[in-house]
Amino acid sequence: MSELTPTQGAFGTRVSLRRWRAVSGSAVWRQPLAVVGVSIALAWLLIAIFAPLVAPHDPLAQDFLPLQHPSHAHLFGTDELGRDVLSRVLYGARLSLPLALLLVSLSLGLGLVLGLLAGYFRGVVDGVIMRLTDLVFAFPAIILAMVVTASLGPSIRNAVLALVFVSWPTYARVVRGLVLSTADSEYVQASRLIGASARSALFRVVLPNVIGPVIVLATLDLGNAILLLAGLSFLGLGAQPPAPEWGQMVSQGTENFQYWWLSTFPGLAIFTAVLAFNFLGDSLRDIFDPRTMSGRGS
Amino acid sequence: MRRFASHRPLVRFVVRRLAALVALSIGITFIAFALTQVVPGDPIRANLGQIAQTQPDVVAAFRHHYGLDRPLPVQYLRYLWNLLHGDLGQSEQTHDSVLHDLGQFAPATAELAITAMVIAIVVGVGLGILAAVRRNRPTDHALRLVSLGGISVPTFWLALLALYVFFFRLGWVPGGGRLDPGVLAPPHVTGLYTFDALVAGQWSTFWDAFRHLILPSLVLALFNVGLLTRYTRSAVLEVIDEEYVQGARAKGLPEHVVVLRHVLRAAMTSLITVIGLAFANVMTGSVLVENIFAWPGIGQYAYQSATALDLPAIMGVSLFVAIVYILVNFVVDLLYGVIDPRIRIA
Repeated sequence: MSELTPTQGAFGTRVSLRRWRAVSGSAVWRQPLAVVGVSIALAWLLIAIFAPLVAPHDPLAQDFLPLQHPSHAHLFGTDELGRDVLSRVLYGARLSLPLALLLVSLSLGLGLVLGLLAGYFRGVVDGVIMRLTDLVFAFPAIILAMVVTASLGPSIRNAVLALVFVSWPTYARVVRGLVLSTADSEYVQASRLIGASARSALFRVVLPNVIGPVIVLATLDLGNAILLLAGLSFLGLGAQPPAPEWGQMVSQGTENFQYWWLSTFPGLAIFTAVLAFNFLGDSLRDIFDPRTMSGRGS
Repeated sequence: MRRFASHRPLVRFVVRRLAALVALSIGITFIAFALTQVVPGDPIRANLGQIAQTQPDVVAAFRHHYGLDRPLPVQYLRYLWNLLHGDLGQSEQTHDSVLHDLGQFAPATAELAITAMVIAIVVGVGLGILAAVRRNRPTDHALRLVSLGGISVPTFWLALLALYVFFFRLGWVPGGGRLDPGVLAPPHVTGLYTFDALVAGQWSTFWDAFRHLILPSLVLALFNVGLLTRYTRSAVLEVIDEEYVQGARAKGLPEHVVVLRHVLRAAMTSLITVIGLAFANVMTGSVLVENIFAWPGIGQYAYQSATALDLPAIMGVSLFVAIVYILVNFVVDLLYGVIDPRIRIA
């Protein structure tokens, strides 16, 4: 029973320990969508690392005639301050990707610790932590994040903090579920029998069994993290000008509505980056949940 | 006798859920209150403005009314007491009571959200069934791409693009707001303009409201169309090979009857959960969509009060949205219990 208990993840992914062990191998690579997803994600990652080499111009330099149509000289046109939109979009990867990664890691870290505690100690600890997750879940994420960011002062750091505040509960719940299903297993009981302390049982025995599926979940969540961060920046509560952040660039495009290229290209960047993680996530979900398998008959 | 007995677990189920609902609501008021302690700003100056300097007795009365002269726990109880009497304070921006503001803006969001949910459920569930029935065939693969695309598009960007194409380029729809300038709102019944206009028999107003509604609600629906398509597909696939489904087929029932009556009913339990989740997405999306389409709803109100640090409005709006959200989940839970008898007993 313990190994088969499925746990609902961020997007309803069924994560079960046994499937996870089956997955870590090569199954992912037989899914064409996963390969496409990984390729796009890698491309963005490389762009982020090598932005200064790839981008034709300085993303902040106001060197050109403003509001030029996309042309051979400026593939994505220029913005209202005469900056090269292509260069800004490429440099944008340097903000969106690491920030999404940071956001997910922080939420994962917090959720992991609280979920481990709740699942291992149960009782009152569990009750308190789970009621906390209920409370956070009761607020629509963006409204709570908006209020938190607005009160801390709009900046990219505060946007990340606010989003960590609203996104840790998902991880806490998944981790708790996984711990509950691991804790009954014989090796955990064995570690208790030989007198391991609670802490060592938690970190040496339970954690290694829980971490794999949770990291998969976190990967799937990267796309969502990019969307939320861009959304807050779009509202003016995240990255501030002149930072070349995708959501912020789209929002600048709203002020110069008729110049479609200002917001179309940064939006396309968000879309492709998020799509990459969703492609990957959907393929992983297929492997985790054999009943809905696609692409391989059944 | 047996019938009666079988209803008791449902009653107990409802009571238990109601108790959880009340506990959660109290927790939310606590968070809303805690926010006021964290957020910088002087409520007295913001609420009373000029009066604060010239009329100390008004200030004292204000402080007393909201209990600002008391210790924090008392302030919190006072806040709860005022809440119970429908006093959410006064917005610093609109200079109206927050309750009045919410009443003003909620119907606009309701109209948008309901339309978007209906579109998402009809299209998403429909496409999901189609994908499941055509499992692993080209239709299924195409729908997979479409639904993954749907959940990857940034809503605010899609809203802008849609506005650019359908308003700016093609001129098919109006540019924003709920009605053209000069068109009077229909007599108030529900506050949903399309519905009210129909009730009043004002066809031209209905058409105008409908034209304003269609683009934002489609944009808002898209994310959930993607989500529901994927979920419906897997929910249907979970049951489509069950023996009773094969039995229904063996009886000679036409395939659409089998799918709609036997498969979909069994898939319904997982679908209802997702529809609760979809509602949260609509609330999130409406903040962004209302912003772009100048839709005078709760999302814009929340955004404007958050950026202006308008405390009473922030508290009111968070409380309102959270409670609506909890109620939706409550209904979801109930439906869940009604549809799937196993839940009641567990």
